[in-house]
Amino acid sequence: MESIYSENDRIADSIQQKLAGRGIYAVNVMGAPGAGKTSCLINIIKGLGSIKAYVIEGDIESDIDTVKLSELGIQTVQINTGGECHLDGTLIENTLGKVDFDKPGILFIENIGNLVCPAEFSIGENIKMLVSTVTEGSDKPYKYPLAFEKAAIILLNKTDLLPYVDFDFDYFSKGIRALNPDAPIFRVSSKTGEGFEEVCKWFKAKL
Amino acid sequence: MRVLRGAKNMHEYSLTKQIVKIVNNAALSNNAKKVNSVNVVMGESAGIIPDSVQLYFDMIAQGTPAEGTKLSVRIVKTQMHCPACGRNFTRPRFSFECPDCGTLGNPTGIGSEFYVESVELET
Repeated sequence: MESIYSENDRIADSIQQKLAGRGIYAVNVMGAPGAGKTSCLINIIKGLGSIKAYVIEGDIESDIDTVKLSELGIQTVQINTGGECHLDGTLIENTLGKVDFDKPGILFIENIGNLVCPAEFSIGENIKMLVSTVTEGSDKPYKYPLAFEKAAIILLNKTDLLPYVDFDFDYFSKGIRALNPDAPIFRVSSKTGEGFEEVCKWFKAKL
Repeated sequence: MRVLRGAKNMHEYSLTKQIVKIVNNAALSNNAKKVNSVNVVMGESAGIIPDSVQLYFDMIAQGTPAEGTKLSVRIVKTQMHCPACGRNFTRPRFSFECPDCGTLGNPTGIGSEFYVESVELET
């Protein structure tokens, strides 16, 4: 019996070991397109202060996010899949050599904007972080259960827009709790910066 | 068979490539004359479309020992665990709710599988 994911998992384990050897804690960042993955990362990295952050940026096309992050002085490497809807172990393994891990810290791997496939593939991360939003509807945990099940931390972004949308937090969190008893849900706004102090505290405790 | 434009980027394509690899590795390491069939287990929640897998399998297996192999897929229904009733239930479509008491079920992993169970070879 052999899992279809076994080769990918083997590569992911090897990546994990290489990163651990350099004192790097890796976070696989998932979320739908436009959820604010990059904006949340900018807020988190600012809040982590002196802790070194590295980013591997995954997109089908373009380097828009890499340019934005690099302009802020964040060491970022771009992966363009040209069509594949998720990052996998092989892609990350081939990219590691392009990142100069000069000191221990935290590596954020921003996955392709997709609430489906990234949840299925390990890419050498310690944890998965899911960026959800108040604008996507409160039913996302029920429609995309695997993403919510696999996340170790969930950010509920765009809370600044709550006055303009119908969002039922109880329904949302009830769905998450059924799938995932442990992941904290942090209410944030990557536009205003609200809520990120707690997120950064959570990450600092992990490192 | 011409690969459909963009097909290589389809989720099932890269996963089916793995199935063909597993089958061919089994054939080569056992010096098989022929691969008769491959039995794949796919959970309902695995997010894979069996028809797409079959399509890609036929394409990718061409020119390899796995060419022409019959792909047999066994679907595993998703089971969730009801914390109130203390038992597993088969997940109804589009719902997490226990059919007996309505409590939201917890994932069990049953229904998320995707693996090659066996490969039947002629040695």
